[in-house]
Amino acid sequence: MTYVAKPKVHHPLLPLNDLGLTRRDYEGSVSTLCAGCGHDSVSAAIVAACAELSLPPHRFAKVSGIGCSSKTPSYFLNRSHGFNSVHGRMPSVATGANLANRELYCIGISGDGDTASIGLGQFAHIVRRRINMLYVVDNNGTYGLTKGQFSATNDKGSTSKKGAPNLYSPIDLVSMALQIGASFVARSFSGDKRQLVPLIKAGLMHRGFAFIDVISPCVAFNNHTGSTKSYEHVRAHSESVMMADYFLPQQEITADYAPGTMEDVRMPDGSVLRLRKIDGAYDPHDPVAALAHVQEHQAAGEVVTGLLYVDPDASDCHEVLDSVNRPLNSLDEADLCPGNEALAQINAAWR
Amino acid sequence: MEFFVRGGEFLADSPAVGRVAARMKPTNILDPNYFHKVVDCQWACPAHTPVPEYIRLISQERYTEAYMLNWDSNVFPGILGRTCDRPCEPACRRVRTEEKPVAICRLKRVAADNKGDIGAYLPRVPEKKNGKRVALLGAGPASLAVARDLLPFGYEVHLFEKESAGGGFMRSQIPAFRLPVEVLDEEVEIILNMGVECHFDHEVASMKAMLDEGFDAYFIGTGAPRGRDLELPGRQEVDQHISIGIDWLSSVAFGHTTEITGKVIVMGGGNTAMDCCRTAQRLGAESVSVVVRSAFEVMKASEWEKEDAMGEGIPIINNRPPKEFVHENGRLKGIVFECVKPVQGSDGRLRYEPSGEPDVFMECDHVLMAIGQENHCPWIERDIGIEFDKWDCPVLDEQTLQSSNPKVFFGGDSAFGPENIIWASAHAHKAAISIHLLCQGKDLRKDRPPEGVNLISQKMGMHEWSYDSEHDPSKRYLVPHADKKLSLSNIKMEVELGFDRELGAQEAQRCLNCDVQTVFTDRLCIECDACVDICPMDCISFTENVDETELRQRLMAPASNLEQDLYVSDELGTGRVMVKDEDVCVHCGLCAERCPTNAWDMQKSVVHIPQLGSYAE
Ligand SMILES: Cc1cc2nc3c(=O)[nH]c(=O)nc-3n(C[C@H](O)[C@H](O)[C@H](O)COP(=O)(O)OP(=O)(O)OC[C@H]3O[C@@H](n4cnc5c(N)ncnc54)[C@H](O)[C@@H]3O)c2cc1C
Ligand SMILES: Cc1ncc(C[n+]2csc(CCOP(=O)(O)OP(=O)(O)O)c2C)c(N)n1
Ligand code: SF4
Ligand code: SF4
Ligand code: SF4
Ligand SMILES: [Mg+2]
Repeated sequence: MTYVAKPKVHHPLLPLNDLGLTRRDYEGSVSTLCAGCGHDSVSAAIVAACAELSLPPHRFAKVSGIGCSSKTPSYFLNRSHGFNSVHGRMPSVATGANLANRELYCIGISGDGDTASIGLGQFAHIVRRRINMLYVVDNNGTYGLTKGQFSATNDKGSTSKKGAPNLYSPIDLVSMALQIGASFVARSFSGDKRQLVPLIKAGLMHRGFAFIDVISPCVAFNNHTGSTKSYEHVRAHSESVMMADYFLPQQEITADYAPGTMEDVRMPDGSVLRLRKIDGAYDPHDPVAALAHVQEHQAAGEVVTGLLYVDPDASDCHEVLDSVNRPLNSLDEADLCPGNEALAQINAAWR
Repeated sequence: MEFFVRGGEFLADSPAVGRVAARMKPTNILDPNYFHKVVDCQWACPAHTPVPEYIRLISQERYTEAYMLNWDSNVFPGILGRTCDRPCEPACRRVRTEEKPVAICRLKRVAADNKGDIGAYLPRVPEKKNGKRVALLGAGPASLAVARDLLPFGYEVHLFEKESAGGGFMRSQIPAFRLPVEVLDEEVEIILNMGVECHFDHEVASMKAMLDEGFDAYFIGTGAPRGRDLELPGRQEVDQHISIGIDWLSSVAFGHTTEITGKVIVMGGGNTAMDCCRTAQRLGAESVSVVVRSAFEVMKASEWEKEDAMGEGIPIINNRPPKEFVHENGRLKGIVFECVKPVQGSDGRLRYEPSGEPDVFMECDHVLMAIGQENHCPWIERDIGIEFDKWDCPVLDEQTLQSSNPKVFFGGDSAFGPENIIWASAHAHKAAISIHLLCQGKDLRKDRPPEGVNLISQKMGMHEWSYDSEHDPSKRYLVPHADKKLSLSNIKMEVELGFDRELGAQEAQRCLNCDVQTVFTDRLCIECDACVDICPMDCISFTENVDETELRQRLMAPASNLEQDLYVSDELGTGRVMVKDEDVCVHCGLCAERCPTNAWDMQKSVVHIPQLGSYAE
């Protein structure tokens, strides 16, 4: 870590987005994570994504649990709302925040320990409930904050820093999310912002539950040769099925890419998700095939990355519940106490 | 918005794969020029003064050391701290990262004003001479600096000067309100006291006769002493009302002229014009105006000289070429000027066209002509093996400053035409090396000492660097000036008061320590991106290697300043390379702080510029 804050000075050509802000305006306070931690790169990717989308920082709710990963909401979007909750309980707080104010962009940041170990039950239910949010797991295969115990996503046979092997099979969060019905599922790598930033953009703008499993190496406790979540191992074993690019409705779609199979996914708000498939046969609209693909590669020791599944027309929890269209804090007395006449009508309906 | 995610591409993702031939070669950081160029100020300084190093010494209140570091490279820190043309300042990185450069020049003065006894730091001059005699002609800064470089090696140095004191134009031209005589005397004395054989009031009338005296080498530092004149209708008739600017300034400096009356027009737009108008104002002129034939922006005078003149209420009137002197019964009445306007030619250069306004007549009683100077040495016979070109400048080898007569060297204004003091010092170092090599029977080119660079890690511990790495966002501090009422009525009163210690310390903090370099070790890098994410200036990118033009476009921020190099690493694990655009790095060290493997380190580059001192030991 460093205690030296990043100075305000910036590149003289740093562009302004539609809100007149630079990328630097989306940063947070100085990170206290270990130098080289993948989680800092994920924060930087979120900063870039939000700046490029010209989203207003004060319209964000950042929620997290406990862990090095869960500390990171402090390191991006300084001027937004945040709640650092208890270990494994981020989904409850996110659910509450989203139900109370459906107009906020909700980002949940969690770790593999926070989600796959102590928080597994909460995770399953927030997926099932289709809360409209972007849920990011900074997955390093270890409990970084408590100094390097194996987590539930750690691969069987992978070793601790001191050489002890992990005896259990991993929980694969991507597979779980696909099975329980997440409508946007992706996996990426903290060391590949070209892939990660567009995925974060698309996930943020997706209506429904968007999940990104980001492999994010722990330099301090899980970046050694026996680890399957080290920078080197992930680079050598990741298989990208596609690159995604996200374009806002008003944005010009640039097409300057190498040939391959291209698919434009139109989102309900008019934005476009352009998929450049590296594996031409891959179909990101078939959750069953996606699951099989992910698991086959996993069995072969490979990590599949990219946008694995998306349902652009998915519904979210508010739609399922047919809840009020406005944030609860905007409901005034007239909305909440519609008066005797309304009450009489309701009562009459039950007679 | 692409800007936000540039860099970090994988090889497989680009159409450029396979274009191996055009890839950039890894940077050779041991080439002394590589990091020297990053130290923009030092690179721009003709004498390559190690600017950030002396600024750090000022921060540490080590004024004497700061002074001596300057003295070693530029010889006249107290004088230059007030008068230097400061090519370093427009080059300063702060101009590119924020706006105004560090007040490098005025910090030099802080060192000079606050230094202690320098006696112990001065080079020792041997009692026993080495048997070689060198003649220096003219006692301006160029000759004085050659003397300083040669004396510690036992040379017998003879200085010939037509005036009765040393200093050259620094004494005869630069007005005392910019450069107090005591400051000049002090730094001239330091050198003369090292044992120069002075021959003052000795005008050299014949170079042939000089050569006959059999010195082992000659250095000609006689300056560019002739002020230009302007032939216009009426010029001859009003001769007694017209003075050549530099002649007039020297007559003021030597006390022959003590007043000027009536309305004065200064013609010309260079620094001489600025000194003439400010001097005239102080000597009692009823009014003073500067009239320039060209546009304000392209005037030769430095920005600050123009500001100072205008600050004293002197109007500068541009785009007015003179047409004729108007006179009556031998008395000057005024000057008629034409009105022009600048237009940008297709080649980007300004041309002037009539503006359509009628000619203007400006009344005046005296004209100071400050339209340039030229080389002029009729006392050098043209048949003694010293060749001159068509501009009357000597034909010289630029590297050695040797003329076509192997024993004769030129430096300062006499070499390539009018320059300034810092160039005179720079030439002097070169010429002194050449003279030494000549006298030792060595080859002037092959045996020159090479440039070199040392890199010294600044890491002191976790988060501890031996330099103040934190970026200071302060704006440039202003130098306090003396009360205008007092300074305008006393020609000897220095206008600038200089920074005091406290202001100096604050201004010193603005230096970005550009000599503390980011040094990258490719085999240590695990490509974690931490440095990319933390760099406030978006200097660092990891990308595939392509040709320079394309590479400059695909970085985190486009590297559009072609004068600044890209630092390119060898191939890394992923097949990519690290590319750092040196342009706007603020040397904050955060990349090194954040790097988990010490692949980045902050290392001070000490550039060794050959000087005669390189031989000492
Ligand atoms: C008005 C004015 C203001 C200036 N202000 C600045 C400034 O602020 N900062 C700056 O850096 N530069 C300034 N300059 C330029 C600077 O003064 C010169 O570039 C510098 O002094 C050149 O040094 P030099 O050693 O080559 O020659 P000079 O300083 O010109 O010295 C030459 C010496 O040789 C002597 N000499 C000439 N012929 C003979 C002979 N035949 N025999 C014996 N002696 C002889 C002269 O008397 C003189 O002393 C200014 C110039 C002028 C005209
Ligand atoms: C209820 C509870 N149990 C245990 C802990 C101790 N604890 C803190 S962080 C952590 C694991 C965090 O791991 P992960 O979510 O993967 O985050 P990382 O630090 O690896 O990013 C544990 C077990 C706790 N804070 N609270
Ligand atoms: S312990 Fe691991 S996870 Fe935590 S900050 Fe350090 S590198 Fe990151
Ligand atoms: S020192 Fe490093 S972090 Fe700081 S500006 Fe330069 S490259 Fe960027
Ligand atoms: S922080 Fe260090 S290890 Fe990480 S990418 Fe930069 S140089 Fe490489
Ligand atoms: Mg973890």
